[in-house]
Amino acid sequence: MRATIAIMLRELGSYFATPLAYVFIVIFLVLNGVFTFQLGGFYERGQADLTPFFGFHPWLYLFLVSAIAMRLWAEDRRSGTLELLLTLPVRLREAVLGKFLAAWIVVGTALLLTFPIWLTVSFLGQPDHGVILASYLGSWLMAGAYLAIGSCMSAASTNQVIAFILTAAVGFLFTIAGFPMVLDTAQGWLPPMLLEAIAAMSILTHFQGIARGVLDLRDLLYFLVMIGGWLIATAIVIDLRKAG
Amino acid sequence: MIEVDHLSRHFGPVTAVDDLSFNVGAGEILGFLGPNGAGKTTTMKVIAGFLAPSSGGVRIGKHDVSRSPLAVKRLLGYLPEGAPAWPDMTPFGLLRFAARVRGMPVSLRDARMQQLITQLALEEVLLRPMESLSKGFRRRVGLSLALLHDPAVLILDEPTDGLDPNQKQQVRDLITSLSRDKIVIVSTHILEEVEAVCTRAVIIRRGRLVADATPDALAARSRWHGAIALRLDRPVQADVFAGIEGVDDLRSEDRNGQDWTLFVTRDAVGGPVIDRVRERLDAIGAPIREFWLHRGRLDEVFRELTLGPPAESA
Repeated sequence: MRATIAIMLRELGSYFATPLAYVFIVIFLVLNGVFTFQLGGFYERGQADLTPFFGFHPWLYLFLVSAIAMRLWAEDRRSGTLELLLTLPVRLREAVLGKFLAAWIVVGTALLLTFPIWLTVSFLGQPDHGVILASYLGSWLMAGAYLAIGSCMSAASTNQVIAFILTAAVGFLFTIAGFPMVLDTAQGWLPPMLLEAIAAMSILTHFQGIARGVLDLRDLLYFLVMIGGWLIATAIVIDLRKAG
Repeated sequence: MIEVDHLSRHFGPVTAVDDLSFNVGAGEILGFLGPNGAGKTTTMKVIAGFLAPSSGGVRIGKHDVSRSPLAVKRLLGYLPEGAPAWPDMTPFGLLRFAARVRGMPVSLRDARMQQLITQLALEEVLLRPMESLSKGFRRRVGLSLALLHDPAVLILDEPTDGLDPNQKQQVRDLITSLSRDKIVIVSTHILEEVEAVCTRAVIIRRGRLVADATPDALAARSRWHGAIALRLDRPVQADVFAGIEGVDDLRSEDRNGQDWTLFVTRDAVGGPVIDRVRERLDAIGAPIREFWLHRGRLDEVFRELTLGPPAESA
């Protein structure tokens, strides 16, 4: 626990000592604005909710979170600091968790800074604040899932660009797993049980569940399992590379 | 006590460390030598627990590195090759981070940090980002990280690389001043360093042990061991020395024939050869002005052991 916090604080320090966190946050806010107001038709819809705002989050995360995740391990491995870190008395899981939490906090900070849009919609009408709060929570959990995937891809690769592409690709697969275009292609030759399993793996389906304001335990559990599973995979990948 | 026991490590088809065994006891400063690519760094990475052995193992004290890595890492101070550090962090931040990870109490941490900052002369760069520091400072920051918790076991991968001669001397003094009950392994390819600092030297070649002895014993294997260096009153020809028992080779050290080195056969080292030489020279009227005996040359032994056809294990 002590080591997890120490590593998390060190990573956070690095995010904010370099332009990384600021660039991420600014781009995230700008793109959110563009998507929500231009593409999402925030005003035109004439409804006091944040559906268009949250609707774009999966796609935004797909590349923005991949970008922040790609350096998680790949950079440390390349520069040799991974050796410095892992020869200190830390458990691998503490290092994995510490790094993940720091990045998750950065994404969470960016998400929190979108609060003006909540103020705007509250000013214009009477939104359901419970739904918005749930959506924020869901969005952050979803970001955690993408981040955990990215953590594993970054651990598997020394090259940050490869880590980015892998993360975006795997993230994309998980995002669209519940879409008809995936399910229809698989329909003919996969047993229905597997088909259902694939559909149940979809990030989008679970996020939309939460974003509707229904805090279903299964959706929460899904994201927690996704995060936990990919982080465990991260630790396994690092351990495997240690053995060579 | 560090016990490296039949350690092997492969990277795909490449064997970096090949059935390597040696022990290091408390109070020893082991010089770990070998040409570049011989497997020094890999061995140190395995000892420090960063790489897992392919076969064999390493024990430090009563802990196996693979089985209880955390216990080993608490005992260990490790300077990785190239002294890596996060470029945006300051030496101060790095030391604080390492202390926090190690769970050092604040008072102890502050005392140790102050001590190391003075010892390694880090004061002026303490609050500057690592990426702006010179190679020498980076190396010394790496050393301070390894020494922070006053570890019982120190593994230093080329600690003096990139330092100027004064800084090299400081680091050597620091290593020799460590208390007597510590175990230190220093890899280097600077042979004077081994003679200046180490109580024992292990030489590896292509991942295999080729020598394990004190620096003096190693140097004694060279043909320079016991060789007689002469400076004469007047020049002489080489044939003056012909037929002196125990002298098996000679060479002139200057152009005119006043300075000579006489190589001595192994069994004649420490014997009365010098008296025979003196008699001979006195007889022709070219008395010795000064002379000394070579201890032997480590660099020559190193070359012999690490070049040419693979030698048998010693």
